[in-house]
Amino acid sequence: MFLINCPFCGERDQSEFSSGGEAHIVRPKQPTELSDDEWAEYLFMRKNIKGIQFERWNHAHGCRKWFNVVRDTSNDKILSVYKMGEKPPVNYK
Amino acid sequence: MANYRIHKTEYIDETKRVSFKYDGKTYFGYEGDTLASALLANGIHLVGRSFKYHRPRGIFSCGAEEPNAICQIGSKKDLTEPNVRATELELYEGLEASSQNCWPNVKFDIGGINNFISPLIPAGFYYKTFMWPKSFWKKVYEPLIRLSAGLGKSPTEPDPDIYDHKYVHYDVLVIGGGISGIISAKMAAKNNLKTLLVDDKKILGGSTIYQNNESIKIDDKLSSEWLKNEIQEIKKLSNLTIKTRTSIAAYHGYNFLLAKENLTDHLPEEKKKNKIRQRLWKIRAKKVVIATGSIERPLVFNNNDRPGILLSNSINKYLDYYGVTCGENIILFTNNDSAYETSISLHKKGIKNIIVDLRKSASSELIKQAESLGIKIYFNHVVTNTFGYRKINSLEIMKLSEDGNTTVGNKIRLSCDCLGMSGGWTPMVHMHTQSGGKLDFRDEDQVFLPKENSEDQISVGSCNGDFDLEIIIDKTVNKINKFLDIDIQDYQDTNIICSKENDKRNIWLLPNKIPLGKTKSFIDFQNDSTAKDIKLALKEGFRSIEHVKRYTTTGMATDQGKLSNMHALGIIADTAGVKMGTLGTTTFRPPFTPLTFGTLVGRNVGKFFEVVRKTSMHEWHVENNAKFENVGQWKRPWYYPKNGENMYDAVQRESKAARDSAGILDASTLGKIDIQGTDASEFLNRVYTNAWSKLAIGKCRYGLMLNEDGMVYDDGVTTRISENHYLMTTTTGGAANVLSKLEDYLQTEWPELDVYLTSVTDHYSTASICGPNSKKILNKLFPNLDLSDENFPHMSFKEEKLENINCRIMRISFTGELSYEINIEAKYGHSLWKMCIEAGKDFNLTPYGTETMHLLRAEKGFIIVGQDTDGTMTPSDLQMDWIVSKKKYDFIGKRSLYRSDTIREDRKQLVGLLTDDPKEILEEGAQIVLDVKSKPIDMLGHVTSSYFSPNLNKSIALAVVRSGKTMKGQKLIIPMENKNINVTVSDTIFLDKENKRLNA
Ligand SMILES: [Zn+2]
Repeated sequence: MFLINCPFCGERDQSEFSSGGEAHIVRPKQPTELSDDEWAEYLFMRKNIKGIQFERWNHAHGCRKWFNVVRDTSNDKILSVYKMGEKPPVNYK
Repeated sequence: MANYRIHKTEYIDETKRVSFKYDGKTYFGYEGDTLASALLANGIHLVGRSFKYHRPRGIFSCGAEEPNAICQIGSKKDLTEPNVRATELELYEGLEASSQNCWPNVKFDIGGINNFISPLIPAGFYYKTFMWPKSFWKKVYEPLIRLSAGLGKSPTEPDPDIYDHKYVHYDVLVIGGGISGIISAKMAAKNNLKTLLVDDKKILGGSTIYQNNESIKIDDKLSSEWLKNEIQEIKKLSNLTIKTRTSIAAYHGYNFLLAKENLTDHLPEEKKKNKIRQRLWKIRAKKVVIATGSIERPLVFNNNDRPGILLSNSINKYLDYYGVTCGENIILFTNNDSAYETSISLHKKGIKNIIVDLRKSASSELIKQAESLGIKIYFNHVVTNTFGYRKINSLEIMKLSEDGNTTVGNKIRLSCDCLGMSGGWTPMVHMHTQSGGKLDFRDEDQVFLPKENSEDQISVGSCNGDFDLEIIIDKTVNKINKFLDIDIQDYQDTNIICSKENDKRNIWLLPNKIPLGKTKSFIDFQNDSTAKDIKLALKEGFRSIEHVKRYTTTGMATDQGKLSNMHALGIIADTAGVKMGTLGTTTFRPPFTPLTFGTLVGRNVGKFFEVVRKTSMHEWHVENNAKFENVGQWKRPWYYPKNGENMYDAVQRESKAARDSAGILDASTLGKIDIQGTDASEFLNRVYTNAWSKLAIGKCRYGLMLNEDGMVYDDGVTTRISENHYLMTTTTGGAANVLSKLEDYLQTEWPELDVYLTSVTDHYSTASICGPNSKKILNKLFPNLDLSDENFPHMSFKEEKLENINCRIMRISFTGELSYEINIEAKYGHSLWKMCIEAGKDFNLTPYGTETMHLLRAEKGFIIVGQDTDGTMTPSDLQMDWIVSKKKYDFIGKRSLYRSDTIREDRKQLVGLLTDDPKEILEEGAQIVLDVKSKPIDMLGHVTSSYFSPNLNKSIALAVVRSGKTMKGQKLIIPMENKNINVTVSDTIFLDKENKRLNA
């Protein structure tokens, strides 16, 4: 059970949040210009890595805000949280 | 000697006699006893039969690791509890307990015959034997296994006890109230850290608290006296909370732990009443100190399981803590120093005992003490066999060879009535590994130790592999100072004398002249697996410890292998010729000791099991005999049976009334999302498939929402209330998901849009009135409202007052009838409903439920998302191409509508079905085929909705069928269990294709 530091509310129990999968997958601005393969890349392909992963979380039972989390999936340590639209911390790349 | 209680101790209150029943017979014990100590005081060792061979088994330990003394408590249907460890159960007046797994009784057990046919029951026996013939399973094998296996009986009625949950936050949690836990807790609390100390026993002190050997001293006091003083000290600390009878069940990530506190299990029946039985503590701790101690290991030799054979240290605790001796003529069999403490204690109380020691020699102060007391010691000897059926009466020892691999010389037979064994100590690393910690293996005494201690968690004391008292105190103090970043010097000058040494001769499977196949050298006492089983599993090719464990069932009983896992690993390592540390361990899973379901669910039972959502009109529905259906958390009226009608009749009547005159539906549960902002129109354009920019103020529009993969996700009508203000409705079940999906897009993909979403589902109550007379009813309710088609046409919206309360009225229809939805602030919902019913009196206004709603919309071919769709249907599959805008550049899911898969012509598509026999009603979910003769039969699709339409007087159905769009008029077959039903593909709209009724 993680403790997640919501950038808007502070540290809360994981049960208040829902996970939204991999972060920084931008919806294409012009989907109609894309081939099936390019669209599938956006729609279906996710990394699911062991190690440092950038992911989206939603404070569903709190402020309802979405934000980003850097998590090491091998030990579940949350290394950083940052708001939507903010640049991911470079030191984890 | 009928009474084995031989001396007084401070932990047993001899002024308070307690009577209890065991297997129907009444006995006496004292307050302070456990069931096990009271039984032993009465000379009772035999407490059960083993799981597979039904061998007699006795009390084996004094704690949570107990494999044998497993009892059924009580006999009431709702309160009886199986698998309770007698070694942990505190005795109380009126306690009723019985032995388990023996029929007809513990002394004469029919399953005991398994013991004599045991050569036929090797490892994997159940897997191998009960394979064939298949027909034997249900009738022969299963009943047989069920009769002779199983551990106790479950209660058959609901648990009447009260359970509780509590969330707490601490700076430091200390698990275990032994000497190292007490020191840790004191250091933390004295440094102003909010600290919680938990221990599963009734009192603190661990195994030191009854220590009374003169050669083990702290500051010139007996270690027990010194510790009692410390306990007095910590009880004064204001920021230390001490919870006894509280055991940690699970250690999750981020220092989130679950603990079970036992509140009434030790109380007599009448004092348990109306009290909380157990409380589940949900603990968040910034730092956790694990001080869970260690448990003694058995030794593995032939017939090591007879009643009267216990762990050596348990004999010591029964003697020094409970005042009970486990025998009068005791033999202690050991490979290390700790049995000598037991021996000296017994000797001091006048109990004759001798020691058989695997070691060639040993010379610690403790051993010298034993020798000087004249205690007989057989060094370099091994026990090779034991005798006695219901209780041990003698045993055989032999000399060990130089390498310890065989026995030499002659057998020596020694009589005894009790055998204590000590194979050294196993640190309880469960908590460390549950928290994600790894283990190291220490070769010298063959133990697994916590590998690393993180900044959040640390192990101290014997669970960290420190067994020497001086080292325990020294290391605990240093580690805690560092861990908590404090500097407490209280223990710097503590003077410790400990005469024990760590020297040990570890042999996992003790040698024997008898071939292994003919011995019964038990490893797992509860599941009856032996050394032979482990070897057989290896011979048959199993290598991984996890596989061997499952194949032999070692470590899989309710004690989870606390006493057996190490020996299993050791024997595997020896047999396979590898180093034990390289094998890894099996996974230590929570809970550490079994938990009751009651503790886990707490108060969330019965009506508190799940949230129930009711509309404002709910009470009216109840008063009017509605049957309810659960839709998500909502209770929705399903149908309103009258005069003993069944569901079918009620739905037929309601459906007919709605089309013939008027019907009313409680539509309050539909999801409602208030959308405001200057970009609201643009937002709707992006989330719905159709165009929204041109929707006039005061108009309503139906919308279809897709997932990005092009599949239909939700639908509903949205009304433009003002320039920048919309009210969206969603399906009842989809409301929360739609809101969260829309929020996601707004916050992450389109943050530039000025749009605000608010869920208003619970803010409004909705009465939906439909039918040819609905306009007349509306006119009665709202006499000032111009209901003419010119002023208030289909798909439009008006605000009007009902008395002086504002209503939002939409003229929209899900039934195909002329229809109005009246929305009012939720607190007026009940009044609105009653006023509608009153106004409709002259028009046979008939309340109808969800079933009739489904029927009416099916007549019109309107889909229900989630019933006619299943997440694989595109708008085109639903024959709803009309609602997909060709002009819009983009909307959620648009690009997916022309993926290679979504443009396939042979996708499953929505069609209507008419049965050749109009009275035949199809089953929803039934498969559809073209031809039943060709094998395998090609499955074309399935029925999604099916009803008998009273308005058309025939059966109608919706279905999804491969290439269904091109099949109109095609004959198909629905094969059922006992017949084939012939159907014809039809249009999806069965009634009023021209929509005349909307303006009737
Ligand atoms: Zn928040």
